[in-house]
Amino acid sequence: MTDIIQKVKNLSIGFRSKKGEEILILKNISTNIKKGETVGIVGESGSGKSTLALAMMGYVKHGLYTIGGECQFNSSNLLKMKSKDLEKIRGRKIAMIPQNAGQALTPNLKIGYQIDEALQLHSDLNEKEREKKISELLNKVRLPSPETIALRYPHELSGGQQQRVAVAMALAGTPDLLLLDEPTTGLDVTTQAHVLELLNFIAKDTGTSMVYVSHDLGAIAQVSDRIIVMYSGEIVLEGPSRDILKRPIHPYTHGLLKSIPKLSLAGLPESMPGSQPQPGTIQSGCSFFDRCNFSDENCKNNSPQLEFLKDINTSVRCFNYEKLVKENQVSQTVNKIKNKSQDKEILNLSEVSISYAKQKLLDQIFNRISDDNPTVKDININIKKGETIALVGESGSGKSTILKSIAGLLRTKDGLIRFDENRNLSSDLKERDPNDLRIIQLIFQNPDESLNPNHTVEEIIAQPLKLYFGLKGEELKKNIIDLLQKVRLGEFYTSRYPRQLSGGEKQRVAVARAFAAKPDIILCDEVTSALDVSVQAAVLNLLQQLKEDFGTTYIFVSHDLAVVRAISDRVAVLYQGRLCEVGPSNDVYKFPSHPYTEVLLGAVLEPDPDIKPKLVAEDIVEERPPEKGCSFQGRCSRMVGDICKKEIPPWQLTDSGNAIRCHIPIKELQKEQF
Amino acid sequence: MLFLIIKRILLGFITLFIVSIITFVGTEVLPGDACTTYLERQAFGEQLEACYRRLGLNVPAYERYISWALNAIQGDFGYSLSGEMPIKEVLGPRIKNSLVLASAAIFIGIPIALILGIITALWRDKLPDVAISTVTIFAMTIPEFISATLLILIIAIWLEWLPGIVIVPTDVSFLELLPNIILPVVAIAMIMTAHMARMVRSSVIQVMASEYVQMAILKGVPYWKMVFKHVLPNALLPAINVVALTIAWLLGGVVVTEVVFNYPGLGRLVIESISNRDLPTVQALAIILASIYVSINLLADLLTLMLNPRLKTLQIRK
Repeated sequence: MTDIIQKVKNLSIGFRSKKGEEILILKNISTNIKKGETVGIVGESGSGKSTLALAMMGYVKHGLYTIGGECQFNSSNLLKMKSKDLEKIRGRKIAMIPQNAGQALTPNLKIGYQIDEALQLHSDLNEKEREKKISELLNKVRLPSPETIALRYPHELSGGQQQRVAVAMALAGTPDLLLLDEPTTGLDVTTQAHVLELLNFIAKDTGTSMVYVSHDLGAIAQVSDRIIVMYSGEIVLEGPSRDILKRPIHPYTHGLLKSIPKLSLAGLPESMPGSQPQPGTIQSGCSFFDRCNFSDENCKNNSPQLEFLKDINTSVRCFNYEKLVKENQVSQTVNKIKNKSQDKEILNLSEVSISYAKQKLLDQIFNRISDDNPTVKDININIKKGETIALVGESGSGKSTILKSIAGLLRTKDGLIRFDENRNLSSDLKERDPNDLRIIQLIFQNPDESLNPNHTVEEIIAQPLKLYFGLKGEELKKNIIDLLQKVRLGEFYTSRYPRQLSGGEKQRVAVARAFAAKPDIILCDEVTSALDVSVQAAVLNLLQQLKEDFGTTYIFVSHDLAVVRAISDRVAVLYQGRLCEVGPSNDVYKFPSHPYTEVLLGAVLEPDPDIKPKLVAEDIVEERPPEKGCSFQGRCSRMVGDICKKEIPPWQLTDSGNAIRCHIPIKELQKEQF
Repeated sequence: MLFLIIKRILLGFITLFIVSIITFVGTEVLPGDACTTYLERQAFGEQLEACYRRLGLNVPAYERYISWALNAIQGDFGYSLSGEMPIKEVLGPRIKNSLVLASAAIFIGIPIALILGIITALWRDKLPDVAISTVTIFAMTIPEFISATLLILIIAIWLEWLPGIVIVPTDVSFLELLPNIILPVVAIAMIMTAHMARMVRSSVIQVMASEYVQMAILKGVPYWKMVFKHVLPNALLPAINVVALTIAWLLGGVVVTEVVFNYPGLGRLVIESISNRDLPTVQALAIILASIYVSINLLADLLTLMLNPRLKTLQIRK
């Protein structure tokens, strides 16, 4: 078996708890990585996937230790190797591409130096040759003008560029095995698709084996030949990638695939109940037992072993996988959402502009904002009562900026924000009266940061109740419990602190707090981005249920077009703080569409090996919106001429009421370009 | 960048201006003044009037402030009451003595602190760390008047190796001063080094846990190269400000230590002039100490700015 490059044998890694118990992060993992193969390791946060990848480099994080087993590379155990010998393997034979290149590049060293360092360590080139090689590498990862990039510091590059530098650095040692730890998480959809395409190209070009670790089945589907699914520190399913994605025979994978929203399907995906158990809490039985739809008494008492099924070349850890084999395809059922919006207008933004430019002294004194080219400009949106409108775009598109202005957290430069047809909301938070504040509530992306860690759940939810309704004593308590039940949390949660809750539970508390104010409008800022896929579906379903119960209007900001597709009635696409397209979601997701919408849709990664992303435009976003003409001119591949650079395009209406702001006639846009 | 420096210097001057007003008002509202203190029981009638005229205390406060401030800018702080000599001359040797004490402590203390801090961080939770950390925490918690007294007891009285207190004229030459300062320097350096070593330790540990250090390890960078290239430059940046504060604290006169060792520095002068109600000297000291703080902090900020590429570009972009 010479074609095996890395052999993981009975690997267990864990830590000692304060009570002295040994708690396992990885439980008896065995797998092989073959030469030239790309293996995807997928799992939710806490499944041990990153620990496994790091162990493949002989690295165990501070606080963890190897309990048993081996990671063999060229038949020597990396976990027992001396650091002198490891230094010769790391970067040269096995290289790592980290999750967050922004954090993983040393801030005080120039890009060129950091790549040069790898070359010095792992090649025999002299200085001149190394210099040439650095340019070559930067070119290979498609960074513009390598010579100038090499002289920059990491923080001077965009997220996508930093990630490319990390790829170049890993390639410097021409490794045989590349480990990628969530290399595209945190990047924009378009950037992510480009980086993945680059990785695919490199894998084919150099024949390097890759281990791709991610929570995102969409990304995994695009790159991997084989998939390992991890749950609670164990491998639960391992097999050829197509089989795993099309016919998952483990209930967890089955549920996971069902809970991912897809572009092709409007409506909310089914959610998987519960969340992954904390390390050390499972004593006996299958670790997936309490979330499984197929479980029985046997699963509760006995732990299933990984079973190799020869005919489909797949290993599965489940007693009842046969039930799933029969079920064959993942039949995704979605809860179609009904558009319950009324004709009554609830919020109107007219000619809203917002500027981040630092104001000159004179303007500061007179308390005015002057900026000819503001970050957000000419936003006209009419929001109906009871609808869910989504703002989508890449980072820097101004979607969160607009939310902040509606909430009053950011002053507008021009324009009006009108509530309920006739009430102007002041753009200054201090001038809004308590009722103005109550009617608009905000749910943030990251509940870890938006919930006060020193307050109990009860105190967190009590605050809006006391503030807006002056509730006290029994009545207050009753209301809190009511709200908790609405977000499907039991009464016993009242005395808990945020740190004692899982990510999904925290976000539910944040949702309960928002609803406590009985608001008319709830602003949702990337509310599911920080959550695991299986939890995301549950939170989306909850939001939809609450909306149907209370008739609330949602303004939903997200970069994830599939999530937007699942929950929203209407979509507004933004680029550089300017609207590109506004319309009912069904129409926005179909042709004709704005060239930018097309770029975004093309870059979405679906957990299906047969659907490949289409890369239409470059993924580099300008730092400032263009002074004149169409906001998308810098990246548009369908420019019709000078007019795009000079004139702001007109709004054009399609038959179904979709508005597109482009110089290209609707009929032309109708034609798909690829 | 230049604009920023100018802005910071201007802000420094504004700070000093405010300090001068506060000290001036403070000394103004205190009951009694220089003349009542100086004349003691004879402070009435003709004699008091004459004293007021002599010291110029008979004009309105704001006029006195302006003339005082104008003179102070030129380095003339007026006359000390107790010695009846120009404050400039009183201050000169004191500043020099404090400078000698401070620089000795700095040159000994900072390198030791850095080395100890780095060693404890790199051997975190191992024997070197446990041993050194125990000692530094111990040194940190003992107040300096106790450690100073113990040093005098052991080294000067029992062993008779060094003089216990400094009994030299204020304007003694450097070489004659040298044997006298060893004990005070040790007393100060002990507490200062301990503080800084702890600071450096936590800073290095934080950087060691960062993703870029993990990345450097996974890149195959040899351990010591990683420490010197990837860890220390980033870990020691925040230390600059702490070092600056320590230096300012030292120059500002280590009051307690100076008093225990009877050392003729700025710190003892502060105590002396306060107990003598020598208000002009107190004012002058306040301004001088404030200037030391402001200028050293300014220097530290500029140094950080120069060494941290991240801040540098941020400033340029703005």
